[in-house]
Amino acid sequence: MNKVFKNADDAIKDVQDDAVIMIGGFGLCGIPENCLKALVKKGVNNITCISNNAGVDDFGIGLLLKGRQVKKMIASYVGENAEFERQLLSGELEVELIPQGTLATRCMAAGYGMPAIYTPAGVGTEVAAGKESRVFNGKEYLMEYAFDAGFALVKAWKGDKLGNLIYKETARNFNPLMAMGGKITIAEVEELVEPGELDPNQVHTPGIYVHRIFQGTNYEKRIEQRTVRSKKS
Amino acid sequence: MALDKYKLAQRIARELKDGYYVNLGIGIPTLVANYIPDGINVTLQSENGLLGMGPFPEEGQEDPDLINAGKQTITTLPGSAFFDSALSFGMIRAGKVDLTVLGAMEVSENGDIANWKIPGKMVKGMGGAMDLVASAKNIIVAMMHTNPKGESKLLPECSLPLTGIKCVKKIVTDLAVIEIVNNQFKLLERAPGVTVEEIKSKTAGKLIVEGEIPEMKF
Repeated sequence: MNKVFKNADDAIKDVQDDAVIMIGGFGLCGIPENCLKALVKKGVNNITCISNNAGVDDFGIGLLLKGRQVKKMIASYVGENAEFERQLLSGELEVELIPQGTLATRCMAAGYGMPAIYTPAGVGTEVAAGKESRVFNGKEYLMEYAFDAGFALVKAWKGDKLGNLIYKETARNFNPLMAMGGKITIAEVEELVEPGELDPNQVHTPGIYVHRIFQGTNYEKRIEQRTVRSKKS
Repeated sequence: MALDKYKLAQRIARELKDGYYVNLGIGIPTLVANYIPDGINVTLQSENGLLGMGPFPEEGQEDPDLINAGKQTITTLPGSAFFDSALSFGMIRAGKVDLTVLGAMEVSENGDIANWKIPGKMVKGMGGAMDLVASAKNIIVAMMHTNPKGESKLLPECSLPLTGIKCVKKIVTDLAVIEIVNNQFKLLERAPGVTVEEIKSKTAGKLIVEGEIPEMKF
């Protein structure tokens, strides 16, 4: 089966309104830039985004928010986006904030075929409201369900035509977990190579989890907080 | 005199032990990395997927694929490792990280912490804080003793929405080092020139003072 698509527009063409979509990245690091722009262009509406962050006003998921394409945002930290704040306060946008480790593990559980996980994160807080809990060895844990997402959009450094993926540095973050967790996983890569060109020892996401892959273009890779030290020290 | 944030970070750095794996939160905790004592080697964990975090890059060396949990550009040190976010919180949940240092808005006598939400204000989210406080073996809170209105942040009970319960072991403020023992604040050290009376008056929760309280040493 051919997994190779020609570009982002082609790869996301059957993503419909009301879709639940996992979107990889941490802040603006390792986000699927091409797919996000294609979703904006296609004008898919009412989507539920599962992503650690919500981008900034003019980049990443911020572009979808600007076009009011997002119905619900499931994230752990959303502090860098004024339009997000406006939509949240006006009630246009539904937001579910969940602990970062819980978010990651709920993606992982979906890819591991496990319906739920237990975590101590959020015990005794408002995150625990309405959730089933259980005590193991004297410590309380919350039951958290695996995510059920129709699509996962991920970004990798290198990938081959069979969908095997390798990520770079901290741009890995949520990408392999969401790649595992989506029903249809779409990977965009900086470098698309032939099978055999990636060292199997180095593959992070086996191609079985990846349904579509394409060579991304024009990566901006914006830096959110540029911090440097002086050359003297 | 009350400590400034650099002195506060320097005092917390004395809590580091050789071989520790440490997660430093955003703000004052991040500054702790600048004061690691000589002869002590620690490995810094950044929960977005890195062990062995190094200093900020030199200008021109910034790499957009290499950031810390505060989204700042950073570097790696020899022997560092990258991993995904589930593994990152896996090592935190499993208690592999020896020390977590984070900021707080309020801490209560029984070690509850509130640091993520103020009702009526824009809520940015808890990020990894709830995961960290629920699992870390050893949590030190770095914060000012009072809020900008001058109200105590060390309370009988937290008034803000909680981040975690019964988890804080030690608090280092601009005025004092305090340990949580048997659901009480116990004064261990005071900032140079700060009196026990001042600390008592600025601690709303019950403060245990036993014997002479030494000044912090730098």
